[in-house]
Amino acid sequence: MAVQLDFGVVLERWPELVRGTAATIGLALAGMALALVIGIAGVAVLRGKNRIGHAVVRAFVEVIRNTPFLVQIFFIFFALPLAGVRLNPTVTAIVALGLNGGAYAIEIIRGGVEAIPTGQTEAGLALGLRPSEVFRFIILKPALRSIYPSLVSQFIMLTLTTSIATSISAYELTSVAQRIDGDTFRTFEVYFTITVIYLLVSWGMMAMFAAVSRRAFAYPTR
Amino acid sequence: MIGPQELAFLGRGLMWTLALTAIGFTGGIVFGFLVALARVSPLKWLRWIAAGWIAVFQGTPLLMQLFVVYFGLPLLGFSPPAWGAVAVALTAHASAFLGEIWRGAIQAVPGGQTEAAHALGLGYRARMRDVILPQALRLSLPATIGFLVQLLKGTSLAAIVGFIELTRAGQIVSNQTFKPLLVFGLIGLIYFLLCWPLSRLGRRMELRLAAATAR
Repeated sequence: MAVQLDFGVVLERWPELVRGTAATIGLALAGMALALVIGIAGVAVLRGKNRIGHAVVRAFVEVIRNTPFLVQIFFIFFALPLAGVRLNPTVTAIVALGLNGGAYAIEIIRGGVEAIPTGQTEAGLALGLRPSEVFRFIILKPALRSIYPSLVSQFIMLTLTTSIATSISAYELTSVAQRIDGDTFRTFEVYFTITVIYLLVSWGMMAMFAAVSRRAFAYPTR
Repeated sequence: MIGPQELAFLGRGLMWTLALTAIGFTGGIVFGFLVALARVSPLKWLRWIAAGWIAVFQGTPLLMQLFVVYFGLPLLGFSPPAWGAVAVALTAHASAFLGEIWRGAIQAVPGGQTEAAHALGLGYRARMRDVILPQALRLSLPATIGFLVQLLKGTSLAAIVGFIELTRAGQIVSNQTFKPLLVFGLIGLIYFLLCWPLSRLGRRMELRLAAATAR
């Protein structure tokens, strides 16, 4: 059986592919920002003294990490309107991505903060640094540097997860592909093309994070 | 409401979720082992192929991998049933991730072990089988179980291709009963009951391993 592949009809829809790619990157960056906020807030609660807060954060982390993202996004999609919150699918997707990534970020950041020896904090205070300076320079920055690789691979994961947002009809690359597929019936060609685009996006993200790391953490380890 | 009929339907979906996970994980173990060996092979071209395989599967969404295999296999002249295509995609996906986990574990075995095996005159097979792999296996167990949880959750994406596993069954029941929160809450609970014990097992193994290697 001779198979005729026709990428032409897919590639001539390039303006839509570009817009979809931009939407995917936007979705990913917004999700990462929300995940980082949730991650830092969650760790702050875990380091605090509120027992109920501990239990809530722990339960949140376990539930999110042990259920599929697809089920989470459906649940949020149907739960928000019942709670009186009306969001468009794209914002709903960002909320779902942020909550999911946030649970993983809590685990990652907690590990980094716990690894800072208390002697360092005490030394900082003894040298006359203010507590806020101790937190910023002695706890947060070294902690972020040590967890940076894990956080980056989690964020790359989050970027790839944005494709699932198509299940609630959010606008991103996969939903664009489904529309092109519906018009052209070139199913394999469409999905192969956007798979390549996803690969380029995740490589681009990795390069970006490596550049950020070179600038932000460029000081001697010893 | 959700009656016995709906529950039976969800039960059949659950069976498919478990079957897909089992097939993907078993296939992933077999091919992941080959990927890991290729990744640490003395032959440069073999290392490159394995590295490329891993980079592609780690750099693209699982959903796209499912789509490309699902619609690509027929173009290659194969016409497997839907579950077969999904199983092939999950196996390929698992082989890349497990291969990378085991590559790390093999390289985490101290280099002195390889040198000692060399000094004892062991060849490649004996060195791998009797010296390196048993130690690597122990190091890799927590991450391997972590990936099993990922894979189990990942089978839910077969729902988007239209295959009726647990999540797709939930979607259908939700559309019939108009009780999305109840249905997806129940589906989430089932996944949680499957994944949580595995996650805990993995974490316990990790702690025990950390304690053992700290000395």
